[in-house]
Amino acid sequence: MSEIAIEFDGVWKKFKKGEIHDSLRDLIPALTRVAFSRDGHGELHEREFWALRDVSFQIRRGEAWGIVGANGAGKSTILKLLSKILRANKGAVNIHGKVSALIEVGAGFHPDLTGRENVYLNGCILGMKRQEVARKFDQIVEFAGVGDFIDTPVKRYSSGMYARLGFAVAAHVDPDILLVDEVLSVGDMQFQEKCLDRMREVVEEGTTVIFVSHNLQAVQTLCGQTLLLKTGTVSTIGPTAKILTGYLCEPSAGASSFPTLIEDISLQDVEGLPKGNFSPGEKARLNFTVHPSEQLKDCQLGLLVHRATDGLAICDYNLPLSQVAAPTSTAMATSFVAQITMNLLRGAYVVSLHVYHVPTARYIARAYKVANFFVEETVSWQGVTHLEPSLSLRQELITQVPRKHDQHYRLHL
Amino acid sequence: MSQTPTLAESLHELIQYRDLLYMFTWRDIKARYKQSMMGFFWAILMPLLIVGAGVLVRIAFLMTSGNHINFSDLSSIALKSLPWAFFVSAIKFGTQSMLSNTNLVTKIYFPREVLPLAAVLASLFDTTVASSVVIVLLIFGRVGVTIYLLWVPLIVGLIILFTAALTMFLSCANVFFRDVKYLVDVLLTFGIFFTPVFYEARMIGKWAPLLLLNPLGSLLEALNNTIVRHEAPSLPWLAYAATWAILGLLAAWKIFEHAEASFAESI
Repeated sequence: MSEIAIEFDGVWKKFKKGEIHDSLRDLIPALTRVAFSRDGHGELHEREFWALRDVSFQIRRGEAWGIVGANGAGKSTILKLLSKILRANKGAVNIHGKVSALIEVGAGFHPDLTGRENVYLNGCILGMKRQEVARKFDQIVEFAGVGDFIDTPVKRYSSGMYARLGFAVAAHVDPDILLVDEVLSVGDMQFQEKCLDRMREVVEEGTTVIFVSHNLQAVQTLCGQTLLLKTGTVSTIGPTAKILTGYLCEPSAGASSFPTLIEDISLQDVEGLPKGNFSPGEKARLNFTVHPSEQLKDCQLGLLVHRATDGLAICDYNLPLSQVAAPTSTAMATSFVAQITMNLLRGAYVVSLHVYHVPTARYIARAYKVANFFVEETVSWQGVTHLEPSLSLRQELITQVPRKHDQHYRLHL
Repeated sequence: MSQTPTLAESLHELIQYRDLLYMFTWRDIKARYKQSMMGFFWAILMPLLIVGAGVLVRIAFLMTSGNHINFSDLSSIALKSLPWAFFVSAIKFGTQSMLSNTNLVTKIYFPREVLPLAAVLASLFDTTVASSVVIVLLIFGRVGVTIYLLWVPLIVGLIILFTAALTMFLSCANVFFRDVKYLVDVLLTFGIFFTPVFYEARMIGKWAPLLLLNPLGSLLEALNNTIVRHEAPSLPWLAYAATWAILGLLAAWKIFEHAEASFAESI
């Protein structure tokens, strides 16, 4: 077994646009073409486009990779090339090990068959042997939590049960390489947690995992490395946190139709030096200049912070500018500084600003994702807010409140 | 560069995926009769209906010419209806096998040959069930046992191979051209007139070879010769049909392998 699990070497893949064939008249020539033409058509014909262009990367055994990118960037195409559903037009796809794809759970279910029958059917579709399914059957049913309904046709299942059973089968395949495409969005919160836990287990067992998702928080937790795709080409490859922030902070085209009334935005430490990494509780300064079209004293400044990986809103403040802006009659450029305390836990965050004109109830300026920063610490496992916990012994409390009876119980209240 | 696998490679892969072939066959059989009152009885009833229709047609033939129907004619019709029913059902389900599993074809990898082959095997299962009834009928008809019955496994094998070849080719063509499905429907409906199922090839005199050009026609005739008429099959025509079945299967498989690469994006 080689050290490399997956290797893409200059892979190109094209697709057709529009209808492929028009009539039966094309049947014979097209079939002959399909049957006797050589593979690897390197050139682009009429009505074709490249979905992947010169994609190269190597994934070592046991690594967990995320693939992110906008819709249509080619994420699913890569997964389909990996699972051999599609074949590349140019370049080489080398895979060492047994691949299993968690692409659409329950795709192989037959509605009229019972849960039990479908577990066997789907297990075999995913590449298991019948004995293997039989061996893992109890585990699968327990994981899915459909217990009593296992002998009911799956068409009578709720959509949650259906998806859970589908995931349960797929999660027990034990491949060398696992491909996961946007499947964690099934089931309730509890089941999603369970899926994520299972994925973590799979990663820890040393399976090579490729994870495609728009749930960047999940990518963040699962994957060490991330590949960012941009319109069919590899944009960057690197440590997940870094790639994700870069990906999230790039201005999305046409997101704002507002003129750039907010400029010169920079994030600094208390000494006024530019800074991007903070520790929990550290103070920071956000500088920016507003070129207003209205009088600033009538405006509010919106200060928003989101977690970069999943868009979780950390805060959305509305600060009246009347308190700081000079009551000038004409609107003029004004520079501000906002003091912030980074009471946050580790992660990547983005800052957005807007100016809201109160009398006319409209935004006169909006600037999305204008600054980003990391918070670094090694104490917390997950979460957002830094509550500044400190730990000490309760000895002093006991001496402060001396009690003769049930002292032990008091301690636990 | 990604290559098309050779026949040996794909055969090897098919063997690796034999459990899947079994499961798909089993699914097709099981799902076909789910939630129907008669269940597996349909597997017997369908060929019997064809036999019944054949008998009616034959009686009508004979009445116009003033003859009476005899038991050996009935045995012939019953015998030949069975492989015909198998052929029709395998082709019908097989042609649609890719499309009715689009979900799987576009999402999960497995050797695609499994789908049409499972359709053939499921139809074969039905036919096996129905053949028990026909065997009883043949015993009642005092058809008798002769040395020529040794030909039967070969002829049945060739019928299955020929059906499998056609099914693979059609299922593959249907992915690219939906016209195939309609064409197949029409051909199967009228095919029974051009295939010696309800009648025998020699009934049309010197034009008989025309009917035997249809490999299925010559195979049905061979089956009738060996079982009902107690004579050896016509060797040239059997060889002709065998060539069709074997070369056809090889060609269909080759085409299938080549086309497989673009199934997911063309379906």
